Amino acid sequence: MEGSVLAPLMFAAVFLIIFSGFPVAFALGGASLIFAFIGVQAGFFDWSLLSAMPLRIFGVMSNSVLLAVPFFIFMGLILERAKLAEDLLTTIGTLFGRRAGGLALAVVLVGAMLAAATGVVGASVVAMGSISLPVMLRYRYSAQLSSGVILASGTLGQIIPPSIVLVVLADQLGISVGDLFIGGLVPGLMLAGMYALYVSGVATVKPSLAPALPPEMTDIPRGVLMRRVLLVLLPPLLLILIVLGSIFAGVATPTEAGAIGSVGAILLAAARGRLDLAVIRESCTATTKLATMVMFLLIGSTAFALVFRGLYGDIWIETMLTNLPGGRIGLLLVANLVIFVLGFFLDFFEIAFIIIPLLAPAASLLGIDLVWFGVMIGMNLQTSFLTPPFGFALFYLRGVAPSSVKTTDLYKAVIPFIVIQLIGLLAIIQWPELVTGLVD
Amino acid sequence: MTLRLAAEASSTIVWQVAFLPIGDLPSPQPGNSPSSSRPLRPPCPPFARDPLYVRDPNPFVRFVDQLTSRLGRFVSWLVLLMVLIGAYNAIVRYLGRFTGTNLSSNLYLELQWYLFSLIFLLGAGYALKENAHVRVDVIYGRLGRRARAWINVVGSVFMLIPFCVFVLWVSWPAIRNSWAIREVSPDPGGLPRYPLKAVIIVCFVLLMAQGIAELVKELRVLRSEDDAIGESVEAEEGQDAPARPGGL
Repeated sequence: MEGSVLAPLMFAAVFLIIFSGFPVAFALGGASLIFAFIGVQAGFFDWSLLSAMPLRIFGVMSNSVLLAVPFFIFMGLILERAKLAEDLLTTIGTLFGRRAGGLALAVVLVGAMLAAATGVVGASVVAMGSISLPVMLRYRYSAQLSSGVILASGTLGQIIPPSIVLVVLADQLGISVGDLFIGGLVPGLMLAGMYALYVSGVATVKPSLAPALPPEMTDIPRGVLMRRVLLVLLPPLLLILIVLGSIFAGVATPTEAGAIGSVGAILLAAARGRLDLAVIRESCTATTKLATMVMFLLIGSTAFALVFRGLYGDIWIETMLTNLPGGRIGLLLVANLVIFVLGFFLDFFEIAFIIIPLLAPAASLLGIDLVWFGVMIGMNLQTSFLTPPFGFALFYLRGVAPSSVKTTDLYKAVIPFIVIQLIGLLAIIQWPELVTGLVD
Repeated sequence: MTLRLAAEASSTIVWQVAFLPIGDLPSPQPGNSPSSSRPLRPPCPPFARDPLYVRDPNPFVRFVDQLTSRLGRFVSWLVLLMVLIGAYNAIVRYLGRFTGTNLSSNLYLELQWYLFSLIFLLGAGYALKENAHVRVDVIYGRLGRRARAWINVVGSVFMLIPFCVFVLWVSWPAIRNSWAIREVSPDPGGLPRYPLKAVIIVCFVLLMAQGIAELVKELRVLRSEDDAIGESVEAEEGQDAPARPGGL
């Protein structure tokens, strides 16, 4: 058990190495190898433990849950590249535009829908930021309110199903993807509802921050508007409902639903005349790169887990977490704090592959429902991604926002939404039924 | 001798041209794929729109870059095939439920994850070349080009390349065994396993080759005396928006 001194050392060193900026997958793999070597030299580690590696790689390859990841990525990319998302935003914008705050409501609504379709935070923040921010600014929305709404709605994708975040979380927690999707539904919609409420409230109290569109923008004959809604709004909504519905009804596995959703997205793009070779090729290469990144991160963290376990690191973490003062509350506090802070620096996948497998055994040992735990982690990360000055979403929006929007505007903009998310987080801690109520 | 000198001279020129316009590289582009901007990949000259156009002076680097690019582009099309087969499997299983017969075949079910394995195993080198493997760039994003090159050199030599060697070394017996017995899926109608397992070897050989190619490129940055390279990258990227490759 003297070898356990090496485990904390390895944990610290691996984080230092990851922070150097070398690709995380290989930093994990290489650092694990170095510590395996040190362990062998010190007599604490057996090389033969590493012979499990090819079997683990093969396990990653044949993992049928993670197969859903490329499908959902592809589906989201097609919707985005074929500009179906953009259409959605402008149509809902004109639909709601005659009211003060209407555009902002449209962003919340599209955010919830898009998030459901892609579940990739950066993609939705960038897409919505580049489409709607200029429009909102042009119609004299305040820079703060607009960017706040965009940031918050863009990060909603963490927990609104079918997000790849939930797929990966379910795989790492060892629970059913369908259950986690169901668990995330109510809290996600609840957050979207609270955003909408807040935006309407601001627009009512101070219409100058979110003025209605000028009449010439919204005075479109009813028939034309209805046709546009039918053409633009309903098909993607239907696609998402089919994908989610088939999973919730138990008709399809998430992987099957993702494949059907991808074909559906292709058909929608084709029906709107937006499908060309470039859209397909770009979506395919982007899917390849993104999925490869995720899978190699998993391979790298597999090596990390093998060595870390060989050095009794898992036992070290588990005893530490289960002996916290306050038991369950203590663990939840520490888990939330660790994930929140790590969320500033690490992408979701690193946290899911490195940290979650260490937290999950302790959580289930203390009798914490893992579906609920997963949703809580998703919600926490969402808040973390929004929080200045490090939040991911802020960087993405900064990249596409015009320079007239100051960085301090962005920082101030997210504060009310962070408060809303914290309310949401407290709500699911206070009333776990919000998550577990619908799960069998 | 003269010939060689000429070749060297021309390669130096190509080299300098290739590294001149570094300033306009990695500002995040909306809607662009996250990985499309790669710090210090020389941009294509206007006469060479072909994405496979590679002007690296080193023949090994040129060969590897071209190989992984072609392979990456090829496996990208498998994504489409995988989507179609996945949808086929889903529909067939659904119809089978209705009619009470089992129409789905293990062949297509396995083909689905075989394709995905091919995609990410053979796409690994491509992702490395395109800088799509995610980095934590809290610090990295604020560094100059030379400091980044140092990190990449040290990382390649002590992490990436040893990791590839390790996986090859530890996988080899298992995969040789699988070939020897011509391992097949245990499920009826399943596909042969041994060729897929061999792809693991191909994957890590290619990944290592691309790792060495990237190492050569980064060493070249270190050898260049031109510090302006690092500064221009920094100025262009600004402090606010470090590129987050791979994050999408």
